[in-house]
Amino acid sequence: MPLTKEKLLTSVRKTFRMFLRLFPVLLGVMLISSLVIELIPTLIANGALGHGHFIDMLIADAIGSIAAAQPVISYLLAGELQKAGVDLYAVTTFIIAWVTVGFIPLPVEAMMLGWRFAAWRNLIAFIMAMIVAWLTVATLRV
Amino acid sequence: MSEKQDNPVTGRRSAKKGWLFLAATCVGYGLVFLLFPEFGRKGVARFGQMALELMPIFVLVFVFLWLTELFSGATAVLARLTGHGSGLRGWLVAIVAGVLSHGPIYPWYPLLRNMRDQGMRPALVAAFLYARSIKLPWLPLMAFYFGTAYMVVLTGWILVFSVLHGWLVERITDRWQ
Repeated sequence: MPLTKEKLLTSVRKTFRMFLRLFPVLLGVMLISSLVIELIPTLIANGALGHGHFIDMLIADAIGSIAAAQPVISYLLAGELQKAGVDLYAVTTFIIAWVTVGFIPLPVEAMMLGWRFAAWRNLIAFIMAMIVAWLTVATLRV
Repeated sequence: MSEKQDNPVTGRRSAKKGWLFLAATCVGYGLVFLLFPEFGRKGVARFGQMALELMPIFVLVFVFLWLTELFSGATAVLARLTGHGSGLRGWLVAIVAGVLSHGPIYPWYPLLRNMRDQGMRPALVAAFLYARSIKLPWLPLMAFYFGTAYMVVLTGWILVFSVLHGWLVERITDRWQ
């Protein structure tokens, strides 16, 4: 079907309306992310980790899940965690949760893909972060 | 809440909900400012920095939305490649596309929404999103911090779990339908 001027204008108008609906959610998610990113180093510095394998993995999973920033930041933080003596299981869980779980962008994901899908996808990814971390470290130790 | 009400294209209620969400976030920020002014100030500074960084991404979101609207025929072809009868080819397309896709997730949601509406399997949407966690440009940095073996093993497990994740998400969301 050829692209006419009318079709172009209609699609721009439709897109603009769609974008306006998405915009406040994106803005809200950014506002929450800004606070959360400030909070993470404080949580780690205050000794949130260091309570045994499983508890540490769970806490690392939770911290990684609420983060919403570039993955490179997770590597830097994870590198610092490892230097501080946090075990590789928790460090790996943190890295995986950072990129696979997104509790902060959840409203945007739910708006586009539906709440049921977004909630289950994130919950399953949360659980899988610990399993993948355990398998990764176990494979390396074989 | 039904899925239909959340449709960002046709749902008027979702627009109201979006502004309500933003208003609630602003109220929350106000409370943070009252209780922890220093933390609130840092948050606002970080938000300013993030807004500047994300400005081009918002343009990209708009362009993605527009392109998927304009070329809905092309997304229909992609949706067929990842539809319910796509089999192994569908999984391969979703996972390879997930690994190759980069940048923030936000521009990808409208495209995935469009493709899912045209028949893409929910399992493959989930697999695509999981495989996106493999960030090709950052793999050398991961290898630098944690070693090449670590990088290879973790990437391998993420690939395996992309399939498992997609399959499980579809099974569970189907059951709860």
